[in-house]
Amino acid sequence: MVNFIARRLLSGLITIWFIATATFFAMHAVPGDPLTQEKAMSPAVRAQLEARYGLDKPLIEQYQLFMSNMLRGDFGISFTQENRSVNDIIREHFPISATLGIAAVLIALVGGISAGSAAAYCKNRWPDRVVMIAVIAAISVPGFVIAGLAQLVIVALNNAAETTLLPVAGWGSVSQIWVPALVLGLGTMAYLSRIMRASMLEVLSADFNIAAKAKGVNGWRLFFHHQLRNAVLPVVTELGPTIAAITTGGFVVELIFAIPGLGRYFVQAVQQLDYTVIMGTTVFYGAFLVLVVVLVDISYGLIDPRIRLHRGRS
Amino acid sequence: MAKTLLSRFIVLRSLSTQLIASCLFILVISAPANAQAVDAAQAKVTLALATEPPTLNSAVATDTIAGFILSHLMEGLLVYDANGQLAAGVAERWQLDADGASFWLRESARWSDGKPVTAHDFVFAWRHALKPTTASQYAFIFYPVKNAEAVNNGKLPESELGVRAVSDYELRVEFGQPCPYFLSLAAFMTFLPMREDVLDHWGSRYAADSDKLVFNGAFVLEKWIHGAHLRLRKNSQYWQADSVKINEIDMPYITADPSAQFNLFRDGQIAIAPLDTGLLNEAVERGFDIEYFHTGSLFFLEFNFREGRITANRSFRKAVQRLIDPDLLVNKIIGLPGIKPAYSLFPVTVKGMKDPFREEYPVMRVDPDIAAAREYLAQAKEELGLDKFPPLVLLAGDSPRALQEAEYYQYLFKKGLGIELRIDQQVFKQRIEKMRRGDFDIVAAAWGPDYDDIMTFADLFASWNENNRGRYSNPLYDRWIRLAQHSSDTRTRFNAMAQIQRIVVEDVPILPTYENGSLYVQNPRLKGVRRSIFGGDPFFRYAWIEQ
Amino acid sequence: MTISVFRFAPKTWGSADDLEMVAPIALPSMASPTVILSATVVVFLLLFVSVGPLLWQQSPSQQWLSQISDGPSPAYSVRVISDNGAWRPSALSDMPAGLKVHAANTEYVRLHWPVLEGVTRYRIYRGDAHKPGLGLAIADTSDNYFQDRLQLSRELYRYTIADADTGLLLLAREIRPEAAISAFEAQLQGLIPVTNNTSQWVELPAHPLGTDALGRDMLARLMAGGRTSLFVGVVAPLLYISFGCIFGAIAGLMGGWVDQLAMRFVDFVVALPFLLFMILFRVAFGIGPGENGIMPLILAMLMLSWPGSARLIRGQVLALRSQPFVEASRIAGVGTSRMILRHMLPNVLPMILVAFSFAIPQAIFTEAFLSFIGMGVSPPTTSWGALCNDGIKTLLSHPRQLLLPALFISLSVLAFNILGDALRDATDRRSGVVRA
Repeated sequence: MVNFIARRLLSGLITIWFIATATFFAMHAVPGDPLTQEKAMSPAVRAQLEARYGLDKPLIEQYQLFMSNMLRGDFGISFTQENRSVNDIIREHFPISATLGIAAVLIALVGGISAGSAAAYCKNRWPDRVVMIAVIAAISVPGFVIAGLAQLVIVALNNAAETTLLPVAGWGSVSQIWVPALVLGLGTMAYLSRIMRASMLEVLSADFNIAAKAKGVNGWRLFFHHQLRNAVLPVVTELGPTIAAITTGGFVVELIFAIPGLGRYFVQAVQQLDYTVIMGTTVFYGAFLVLVVVLVDISYGLIDPRIRLHRGRS
Repeated sequence: MAKTLLSRFIVLRSLSTQLIASCLFILVISAPANAQAVDAAQAKVTLALATEPPTLNSAVATDTIAGFILSHLMEGLLVYDANGQLAAGVAERWQLDADGASFWLRESARWSDGKPVTAHDFVFAWRHALKPTTASQYAFIFYPVKNAEAVNNGKLPESELGVRAVSDYELRVEFGQPCPYFLSLAAFMTFLPMREDVLDHWGSRYAADSDKLVFNGAFVLEKWIHGAHLRLRKNSQYWQADSVKINEIDMPYITADPSAQFNLFRDGQIAIAPLDTGLLNEAVERGFDIEYFHTGSLFFLEFNFREGRITANRSFRKAVQRLIDPDLLVNKIIGLPGIKPAYSLFPVTVKGMKDPFREEYPVMRVDPDIAAAREYLAQAKEELGLDKFPPLVLLAGDSPRALQEAEYYQYLFKKGLGIELRIDQQVFKQRIEKMRRGDFDIVAAAWGPDYDDIMTFADLFASWNENNRGRYSNPLYDRWIRLAQHSSDTRTRFNAMAQIQRIVVEDVPILPTYENGSLYVQNPRLKGVRRSIFGGDPFFRYAWIEQ
Repeated sequence: MTISVFRFAPKTWGSADDLEMVAPIALPSMASPTVILSATVVVFLLLFVSVGPLLWQQSPSQQWLSQISDGPSPAYSVRVISDNGAWRPSALSDMPAGLKVHAANTEYVRLHWPVLEGVTRYRIYRGDAHKPGLGLAIADTSDNYFQDRLQLSRELYRYTIADADTGLLLLAREIRPEAAISAFEAQLQGLIPVTNNTSQWVELPAHPLGTDALGRDMLARLMAGGRTSLFVGVVAPLLYISFGCIFGAIAGLMGGWVDQLAMRFVDFVVALPFLLFMILFRVAFGIGPGENGIMPLILAMLMLSWPGSARLIRGQVLALRSQPFVEASRIAGVGTSRMILRHMLPNVLPMILVAFSFAIPQAIFTEAFLSFIGMGVSPPTTSWGALCNDGIKTLLSHPRQLLLPALFISLSVLAFNILGDALRDATDRRSGVVRA
């Protein structure tokens, strides 16, 4: 087991190095550099700035410098947000993305499991149809459209109620989380309900239901203690990639709902060619993804020794 | 095996039910954020910011957002009053002559920590901004000051800069060349005072957070959560604190999406929101007060004059001039009142001797004419010895409006002149970089005035100006600029400017397209907000909330 | 929301363990009503983008400036207006008694009113005559005349003149401008010869789905946009699945350290944050002027999306290698290439087909997302995602401009997903594995 974990961690580290290198060279392939500014700069000023950020050195030397700084956990100072270190930016803004992501995953999980179960219970009756149509709609409509429309709906609701039922945008209070989280988690919710429905259908057709009923287990107890517990496994296995995707995929939601998450900073940084922020966020997100995957792997290994064996082999 | 699996799921289950329960709980109890656009009782205004200010260090700040925040936090020698006219700031009185200027500072001016604002704070700030290590983009704006350019390039020590504190409350500035517009410079962001001890204390972290700088303006920065929230509060140490009626300016939203800002406004969360083409009808329908003001900036097409470029041919440029109708662009495509078609290098807001320059020296307007455009094009073909025009590159920005505009030109060139115009759409930095390298035929560019004088536009296309990205070089143009720069006689200066205006129409180094206006909705209870080109915008120093 | 990219990744096929029986048999019938409907939708979409432009011959880039953001409209005649310059009432014309209209057409509305005592600045409002309120303040002027040219359409307007300083309403009048086109535009569009400037009538084309913010025909743009979206949606998966298959097959067939190394590389690429790298690569490849931006898009997708199918194929190949019938044929002396063709390919082909049908909606979504954030195709090329990006700006006033392309994206994604589901069910049944 220890061996397995160590191996996963090691390959995770190499992956992070790979991500860092790929980002570094992809980024430097873009024409222009972060010092490009609207007002023309005198050569003396430019030389000063280049020296400050180490841009006057050859690329390979910059790469070495970046790598050694990264090993010490220092991503440098942002080019556009002057006087702010990239570490600060990540420290301040990642928790926001993470909170939003966790809320989205929770909503997706709760919604997906209940909708999926309900659909399975009422197979081919109207609740099933409604759920499946909703699922299809949620999967097929692009997220940016949903986000834009959601905001319009909130404003219409608030105007109709003549009070602020739900905040339109912003970040800071708990009530500002739910709508963007719902929008962000909607696709995943739809996906999870499909899985849940299929797996619940299988469980419902299994023999132990009859046995349980014969023993007098009924209603909610039967559902929670027997059926749900067995049916939820395929949903759990989807969680790892889902969390990773949601936490790194919230740009548009962050933009439309004015949420100061890390995703927004990344898009901004790419547009402004803010080298240090691009590197910092990509490596950080990469590391986060790797960590989630490793954790998921390890937890699988703990749950089911057969998986460990199999993973070890491939 | 089965048992462990089961127990794990029990744990999972109980955890998930707890989570569900707590989620429901939070959903039920959480009251919505209790923000309000304007609050008369507390004299509080709530706004949304488009982006976060990249820095609040006045020596290096360049953008309009920083300009807006800094204008509330700091006060320069002079300020712009409620009507947008220059007025006394930290300086009580002043005297401007041909070779310099003197400022007498008021002794009542205080920093937010209670220390007096002295002439030394200005001397330090200006020297600091010009230090090569500061690498301030706006260093050039000091260049009329004696030795400024040499200090900025590291050729002279900073002590040689032509500014000194005669006493704690008297500041003397020496000019290197006549600078009749120096008073408007003295109100500019980069000329704001700075405290040496505070800068020394924080070093490179100076102005990175709300506690890392001191203020001498009408407001202090009370809160700065990066990317999320800024809050200004009335500065009790401000020498004119009695006349400041707004207690708090809260900015809990940062979003560049105009629709999001408009939705916040509709929901009564913010007091001012900008309007875009797509939002105008909705705002009208809802009966909002729609207002606009001229931002003073000029949008234009700039041609590339580098060796071998077709755009260096005058007949070709004349053909384009007869093809593109600013009036059509503004009225049909942009469709926002407040944005004006541009025909001159100088927007209508530029001041002349007494009246606006454009009233004193009207510009000749060239009407669109396809037949004439095609004639010019045939002439250009002949002069260039071409059978057919190769595709041309139009470098454009990535904003929605820039794209729409570029698509319009693309269509117009194809239909009107039979020329393929290729759009090279680039994000800001890459566009500027490509402009610098001359990697374009035509670029859709814009220029906003830095100071309140016609020269901020005029010398843009002088052959030596680094911001002349098309490398336009016309000895006549240069001569008129030199004449104006070295003359302190207003009539001579403005006559030279009229010549410049004529050259731009006749020789077409650029083709003006529109003068930008900003359209916005504002809460009707909020009064006295100054919208202006200079001195920070919007400006709440003179604002109040109606009961 | 952007999870779509990961959503249907056939992740569970990464291992070869659940592959139980692989004898090739005929595909079972997939004829359920939903599947038939989806297939019809796919065929419709393909016809829409391929045959459509032949039937509806408007150019998707033609800009009708006199019909900007129009709703669906039939063809109609308009008057050609030749003078479009500045205007002021001639000194000879009498001082009007009330608010006088000198001309009213969609190119300009010319108003003239008496000079009123004590008013220094007039404010002109323009509003919809059917609605209450003054409407939009279009200008302030100190003259007693005004020419309105701001995006006029053929609706009934109410013009109101007010005192700008006191807000006092002075005069009002309802006006419906007559349909018109400027001589300049008529010449540009080739409706009248450039030498002709005399007043006459011309016909403007019909727009069954209306026009966009630059007066371009929405129907034509949806067809053109669909061509890009479907092209990217089909070609990008085709490329990266082929690449992934070759990569996976080589790894699986070679085995040993080559396999190990190849799979480690796959792990790395999988670990890259997808959207972040999509954006980064897209910017790094850049779009040169005149390029439509489709190639960098496909290239970026290719570089990031191939590992899924590589893993899939490698697993299949490994599993098949150990199957008795493959062993048997090897012993029987069947050559490698023949073995791949005869045994491996027929067995993995259905899987590839399923992966492909799921990859199409993913690719369409990815393209739409990138175009939506302005990192997709470059004009004049357009795509459904780019149309959404255009449309979201006018969502409030012209929701049609967003909803139409969004509808097409949804339709195509839906249809391909249902087809993929059906295909997967069919192959599952065939291989005897019951799956969700």
